This record gives sequence, structure tokens and C-alpha cells, in this order.
Amino acid sequence: PPAHSHSDWIGPPDKHSNLRPIIFYVPPEESALERRLREARQEAQASNQRFWARHNRAFRQEKEEFIYSRLKAKGLEMKDESGQKATLNAEEMADFYKDFLSKNFKKHLQYNRDWYKRNFRITFLMGQVALVRALRWLRWRKKLEQ
Amino acid sequence: GLLVCHLRSTGVRQIPCRLVHLYHEANDRLITFQYFNFLKRMYVTRCNKDLSQRAKPKSSSIVSPFHELQQLDQEKKVVHKISQVSPVHQSWSETSSRSELREIKSAAETEDSVIPVGTESKEDRRWKEMKLQLEDLPGILARLSKIKLTALVISTTSAGFAMAPVPFELTRFLLASLGTGLASCAANSINQFFEVPFDSNMNRTKNRPLVRGQISPLLAVCFAASCGIPGIALLTLGVNPLTGALGAFNIFLYTCCYTPLKRMSIANTWVGAVVGAIPPVMGWTAATGSLDAGALLLGGILYSWQFPHFNALSWGLREDYSRGGYCMMSVTHPGLCRRVALRHCLALIGLSTVAPVLDITTWTFPIISLPINLYISYLGFRFYRDADRSSSRKLFFCSLWHLPMLLLVMFTCKKSVLEKEDKGNLPGGSHEMAMEIRLP
Repeated sequence: PPAHSHSDWIGPPDKHSNLRPIIFYVPPEESALERRLREARQEAQASNQRFWARHNRAFRQEKEEFIYSRLKAKGLEMKDESGQKATLNAEEMADFYKDFLSKNFKKHLQYNRDWYKRNFRITFLMGQVALVRALRWLRWRKKLEQ
Repeated sequence: GLLVCHLRSTGVRQIPCRLVHLYHEANDRLITFQYFNFLKRMYVTRCNKDLSQRAKPKSSSIVSPFHELQQLDQEKKVVHKISQVSPVHQSWSETSSRSELREIKSAAETEDSVIPVGTESKEDRRWKEMKLQLEDLPGILARLSKIKLTALVISTTSAGFAMAPVPFELTRFLLASLGTGLASCAANSINQFFEVPFDSNMNRTKNRPLVRGQISPLLAVCFAASCGIPGIALLTLGVNPLTGALGAFNIFLYTCCYTPLKRMSIANTWVGAVVGAIPPVMGWTAATGSLDAGALLLGGILYSWQFPHFNALSWGLREDYSRGGYCMMSVTHPGLCRRVALRHCLALIGLSTVAPVLDITTWTFPIISLPINLYISYLGFRFYRDADRSSSRKLFFCSLWHLPMLLLVMFTCKKSVLEKEDKGNLPGGSHEMAMEIRLP
């Protein structure tokens, strides 16, 4: 993002986590409240990134392992004659999807709790910052009129 | 497109006989005929919207191989241009390199103008300023409130209103529709507010406004409040408190029960079916002011419809659900998923037969609706037996036209208010008596 910009910038989805990273703008006269908001958002972003990158990597890896083991059981190789990667159809993959979901169930419950808490906190802080800014602007307008 | 034409043609064929039948009645039937026309148009457009809305996940999967080729093409072009520039690139300042990049992009974009899919992927790769542009706001809010789904909800509410055995009141109808629409916008916005990281990880939902950072979560919540509160107030004060209460309850059910439950248990599907069933009930209570058997029957029909519709859709999304951590029957209990879909297709036949018993429609309704109900049950059975992608897709696309058609047939077979007055002398009088008391 350009150096002169006064706003946050959001980028394309991350390859591993599919989340879009945000680069936060730090205003020179950032209040304590605004700093708390920015730090909360940065922390949430980092935590989300860590979780999903790890989770998606595990998914891809376990999926490969599953395909490999199933193909081996069928007596096939990973790549067929034309050099294309052999895949299983959706019905065969269904067992893997079911398994993966139940294995990660507790992890998701924990993540959900954390995400909801963070989301509410960040939105509440945003509300506070917006309110303070609005009051400040009203006071400034009043001063101008006087 | 094909399905819409089919619907239109059947509608047109029906009109002549309807016309003759209706013009023989009294004046207020004229209003209902115009209303029927309007409703038919709405159903047709809804079918269209439905197709365009639901078809998106499918079309995106169909288009994507092509889309990927486009992407690769453009990437090759850009890479080629950048590699040409690179030796000189290092010596330039940051700003001029960016202007160079912009030039390349604009060159690529002029080529892209014929291929809109390509430009979208280009746009996706750029860093964007998180500043809200006012001209983008209507589009963003439309996507935030899932405007097409909201339109669907409004039309099921209108169906409930239309089926109620009371004379049609336009203002009440409009207030009920508007209130329900606002409530639906609010519920959908809160749903998206809760689901940002999960939506980012699923193909179907990764282009939502909050995921792309086009709007802040605070604004999303404010928008939801500014839709929900006036919406419920409108229903409670402008229509009746019962409808308002149902609307508020539905928002609560959708945002606080269904949305978190999606990640905890497969029971979410049943809760979601109730959420879908409540709007027609709201339409009915808006018209009559009371929750009677007819309302529950209409709700029941929509409740049962949700299962073949959703279970078939979820069959193709199993990978995304599994990775995203969503507890859906199609992933955890595939046999149950198909059984439930079939069960509810058959239930639709049963419910259609109950309609004339409750004096909502004439006996022609179960007879006319039998073919379409049998057809969806047949597809439900095929899905149950074959359990593959093609049978699930067939069932899903059938459900898209089945519901509007069923509601349309229901409306054309609606027992006229005047008929009921005449039938006061006939046996089975208790129902008619109740109707007479309700008539103004």
C-alpha cells in the first residue's frame, strides 16, 4: 500500500489460510482506545491466520495420505499411464470427509468460542471509537461556529 | 433459462381457463386475479433469481476450468510484461513502478473487457484500500443482506398471505412483505457477520462483502439493526403483534440458533427448515391475525420442501463443509441425509392432500399437484438409491421449480371466499361456520 495512504489496506486471500491480510494504518495521534482496537484486530488476524493455515495444511496432507492408502489398497499408483494424478471419486472421499470432520470437532468448538468472543470485542471497540470520533467532530463543529 | 420458459408457458396456458372461471365471479375476485398475475410474475422472477442465485455455486464450478485457463492466460501476459520491464524496474522509484504496474493492468484490463470473469480474478489479486465508496454501498448492502434470498422469503410470505381465506387488503399485504423483507435482510447480515473466517474458506461464499473487507463489521451490525428494528416494528404496529413476534423469533432462530448450530450438530438442518417455514406462516397471520391450521399446513409444506432442497445441495459441497468444520448430514450421516430427503418428498404428497380437508383449497389441488409431487419423490428416490452427484443435482434443480409451481397451483385451487359463504348449508359446516364468522 502507498505510503501516503490514511486507511487500512486489504490484500488478496492468503494461499494457506484463504484469509485476506489487512495492513493497518497507524495514525500519528492514535488514542489509547484506537490503539486497543488496532491491536485487537492484529491479534485476531494473526490467530486466525495461524489456525486456518495449519488446519488447511493438515487437511491437504491427510487427504493425500488417504488417497494414497486407498489407491494402494486397490493396487493402483498415484499417477496413471498418462502421468495424471489419480484421484478417488466423491463417494470414496466421503469416508475421509466424515473422519476429518469428527477428528477436528473439538478443535472447531474451541475456535468458534474464541472467534465469537474476538469478533464481538472488536466490533464493540469499533463502536466506541466511532462514537468518540463523532463526539469529537461535533465539538469541533461547535467551536467553529463560536 | 429453460426452466423459466417452461414455467412461463404453463402459466400462460393456465390463464385463459382461469380468466373464464374468474370473470364469472364478483368484483373482488378481479382483484385476486390481478394479484394472481402479479404473484405469477413474482414466482417466475423468483424462479429466475433462484436459478441465478443457486446456480452460482454450480456455474462457478462449471466455469472454473475455463476461468482457470483465463487466469493462466492473463498471468502469462502480465508476467511477460513485467519480465520485460524488470531490468529497468529496480532503478525506478516506488511510485513510478506502481504506475507501470497500473499501465500493465489497464492494458490487460482492456483485453479483459470481453472476458469479465478474467477481470474479477485480476481485481482479486490486488491490494485494496479499505475505504467505503458511497457508490458501491447499495451493491455491497444487497450482497450483505442476500437480497435474492430475501426476495424468495418475501414471495413465500406473499404466498401465505394469498392463501389466507380473507379478502385481500393491499396495504396490509405491502406492509407484511416489507416488514418480512427487512427482517430477512437483518438476519442475513448478522449471519454473514458471524461467519467471516468460515465464508473465506468456502468456494461458495468467499466473495461476500465482509470477507472482502468492503464493509466493516460495525457497519454490518448497524445495517442489520437499522433493518431489523424498523422491520419488526412495522410488522408489530402496522400489521399485527403476532406477525411481529414471529418475525422477531425467526431472526433469533436464524442468527442465534441456526448459525452457531451449523458448527456443532446436524440438528441445524431441522432448525433451518423451521426458519424457512415461518415466513408463509407470517404471511397468513398478517392476513388473518390468527395462527390456524392453514398457516401450519403452509409452513409444513415449506418445512418439508427444505429437506430435498438443502440435502441435495449439500451433497456436492461435502469437501468444503468437512474442511470448514460444518456439521452437515451429507458429511456425517450420508444415509440419513438421503432418507430424510426422500421422506420429506413423500410428506409433500401427504400435506398436499390435507389442504382440501382444511378447506384451504378445493380437491383439485392434490390431484393437479400429484404429478409434480410424484416427480420430485421419484428424484428423491433416485437420490436415495444412487447417492451420486448427478442424482443430487437433479433433485436440487427440481426443487427450484417445484416449490413455485406447487404454490402457484395451490393458489389457483384456492377455495374462494364466496364459495365458502354459499356452502354454509352443506354438511361439514363447522369449518364454514368459522369462516363466516371471520368474514367482515
